[in-house]
Amino acid sequence: MFSFDLLANALVAGVLLGGFYAAVSLGLTVAFGQLDIVNIAHPAFVILGSYIAYMCNSLWGFDPILVGLLATPVFYFIGVGVYRIYYESFERKGDEALRGLAFFFGVMFIIEVGLIIAYGVDFRSVQAPYIGQNWEIGTIGIPTRMFVPFCVSIIMFLAVYLYMSRTFNGRAIMAVAQDRLALQLMGADPVKIKQLGFGIGIGTTALAGALLIIIIPVEPSVGRLYIGQVFAIAVLAGLGSIPGTLIAAIILGIAESLVSTFYGPSWAPAVAFGILLLALAFRPQGLFGR
Amino acid sequence: MKLNSFWLWAVLIAAAGAALTIFDVIVINKFIYFASYVVLQYVILATAWNIMGGYMGYVNFGSAGFFAVGAYSSVVLYKLIQAPLLVMIPVSGIVCALLGLGMGYLTLRLRGVFFAIATLAMAIVLETLITNWEYVGGASGAYVLRPRTIEPFGDYIEFLFFVMLILAIFAVAVARWVERSKIGRGFSAIRDDELAAECTGVPTLKLKLLATTISGFLMGIAGAPFAMYVGFVEPASAFNLVYAVNSIAMPMIGGATTWLGPLVGALLLGTVQQVATVTISSELNLLIVGVLLVFFVIAAPDGIVGLVRKWRGGGK
Amino acid sequence: MTDISSGTERLLDVQGVVKRFGGFTALNGVDLHVDKGERLGLIGPNGSGKTTMINCISGALANDDGKIVFKGVTMDGKKPNERTQLGIARSFQIPKPFGTMTVLENLAIPLEYVSRTPPRQVREKAMDILETIGLAERADQNSGSLTQIDMRRLELARAMAASPDLLISDEAMAGLSSNEVDDILDILFKLNERGITIIMIEHIMRAVMRFSERIAVLDAGQKIADGTPDEVVNNPEVERAYLGE
Repeated sequence: MFSFDLLANALVAGVLLGGFYAAVSLGLTVAFGQLDIVNIAHPAFVILGSYIAYMCNSLWGFDPILVGLLATPVFYFIGVGVYRIYYESFERKGDEALRGLAFFFGVMFIIEVGLIIAYGVDFRSVQAPYIGQNWEIGTIGIPTRMFVPFCVSIIMFLAVYLYMSRTFNGRAIMAVAQDRLALQLMGADPVKIKQLGFGIGIGTTALAGALLIIIIPVEPSVGRLYIGQVFAIAVLAGLGSIPGTLIAAIILGIAESLVSTFYGPSWAPAVAFGILLLALAFRPQGLFGR
Repeated sequence: MKLNSFWLWAVLIAAAGAALTIFDVIVINKFIYFASYVVLQYVILATAWNIMGGYMGYVNFGSAGFFAVGAYSSVVLYKLIQAPLLVMIPVSGIVCALLGLGMGYLTLRLRGVFFAIATLAMAIVLETLITNWEYVGGASGAYVLRPRTIEPFGDYIEFLFFVMLILAIFAVAVARWVERSKIGRGFSAIRDDELAAECTGVPTLKLKLLATTISGFLMGIAGAPFAMYVGFVEPASAFNLVYAVNSIAMPMIGGATTWLGPLVGALLLGTVQQVATVTISSELNLLIVGVLLVFFVIAAPDGIVGLVRKWRGGGK
Repeated sequence: MTDISSGTERLLDVQGVVKRFGGFTALNGVDLHVDKGERLGLIGPNGSGKTTMINCISGALANDDGKIVFKGVTMDGKKPNERTQLGIARSFQIPKPFGTMTVLENLAIPLEYVSRTPPRQVREKAMDILETIGLAERADQNSGSLTQIDMRRLELARAMAASPDLLISDEAMAGLSSNEVDDILDILFKLNERGITIIMIEHIMRAVMRFSERIAVLDAGQKIADGTPDEVVNNPEVERAYLGE
């Protein structure tokens, strides 16, 4: 049933969802777009972040966002470690195409199954004062469990954007894939730079995971569904573009929200993957690429 | 001599399968047939994956999608005309071959990683489509009534086991033929350096499409009997991640550059999994597969076959 | 251009080729021709468009404008493998061996795919080429483990296995010692004597001067000179391009 109220609600929900997607995809934009590392385990790290938020929240009642922030440095170091293994075992030998991909696939799988063994396949959720309220503006409802993550997402997004565009290391990360030589002339070690970039990419998943479990209950295997979203956004954004990531994320959020409002939620997973397939087939350089 | 020993083995194994199932030379616990069926199914999936992944270096994360389309093609045939298994198998194979061709055509002009991501996307799009397709039961699944017995095999599961055995021999023979032909050498050239391959006269796009088609066909025939095997097909079981993981893990652990690798990997890992699901939890068993996969890609890039070869070579 | 009266035959004719990368124009309407049996040197400062040019000729890149005619056939829209089938072979500046294969197997790919050699004769034909190039002892060695000079030799051998009419050698001597440069030069002379037309892209001026019958000079995407080695060396514009102003 079409109505303008539904449409307006779907649009607002889509923008809120899109802001959150931007936070989830940010790390992949860095890893895949800028460092050329196809980290398909990225969404699995997001889910790991969700479960850490869940664990601290259910055991000690900590605020999930706070937990996400505190877990960020830990995730950063996990990212650094994963990159070291990846570099030593695959990248250095020029073997990232086949075995590197299989490696990340294995990592994704280990995280997922590990979480199933630890927590089972039931959906888990967190408690916080800002979950469960609903602001009404006219006929448009804004659920706080969407609004708060949206705001945090945007803040995190801006922070990373400023870091990447304003600091020496940030710019080096942006340059590493395009121009290794220039980087060496600047006196930066490409491997160290990639390690830093990848660490930041994984670091963002801690907070993104906490935000995810605020928005919606989580079980271990939903990570795989987010592979569609994050890669659709990364490809649409034109690999490596951070502002492009935000725009692509909001487009995807709106598209999903519309489909799920007007066609039913069971079609929603196909939206991201469908967009991804279309983008790969017809516009692999992204919406904003040359 | 050596050339023929493959076919000698193939005939011997097929004959042994026939002896076990038709003539019941040894009376075996039915569970063995059920378990062996699954192992053979993995032999086909792993072999099919390896034609793209191992020979050509293009990673397919969507094996589960191909497998499920094979299984669901059978469901449709069953619902439409109550088709027998021997019709289901070639039809499912052709449907999946076309799927592979179409998917290759859309994505293979891009870099290899995009192909890998696209395969992932394709599996989920297909799952969503089938979940929303009422004719085949949607999310709640569809029943397929399998005959209790079939002559001259006796119990139907013995027949299924025998069919799977023949299909597995067929798949391995196809892979072996590809590997030793000009096509296989072209695949290796693409894997090693695609631009150099193109510039030395290898029609890379055509060969890549050929690989997705062959690989799709084999995955389709692996999935075709699934409906008859389980009697009830639902998206969650047909699209299970386990298929995608095993079809990557088995060749990588066995050794991805020869036809022997996926065979060894599937027999070994498949058997261990069948034993382990009975004795320990299935999740733990999957965790072991994941850990083994990561371990092997890091520490033994040429898999078990590579390790054995190295060890033999060192002994010389 | 009176090809017929002079008795030479035009093998390759590049007409006004343009190639852009985003906003950057790498080739801006370049004309270039090679006659059958000729030895052409293609030189120019770094970034002048030499590699882009041979990528356009071999089909690795599609030109945005202009036309490339080889043996009277327009190459537009033809994939690299189709151009190789027609007789254009190239070596790569950074060697791209098929690293999991032996040297001999590397040659087997073009032998089977271009020359349609039956499998039984592959070894014999490959060994012939490897003898000429001086790589015969390495035939069964893994190509990933070759030394730099042998990698360059393999690049040329593999291009030869495609039995080309035109061989484009992309900086086959960069980073080699003086003796090794002479080795590669000898190989190229030998191939030319067998009737193969050669375009040599090179930075080592000594080698270009010795090898080329004619030299074309690219600078900033344009051809600034085309003539005998002496003419080119004495061309003031060439001097400017190389030494800067």
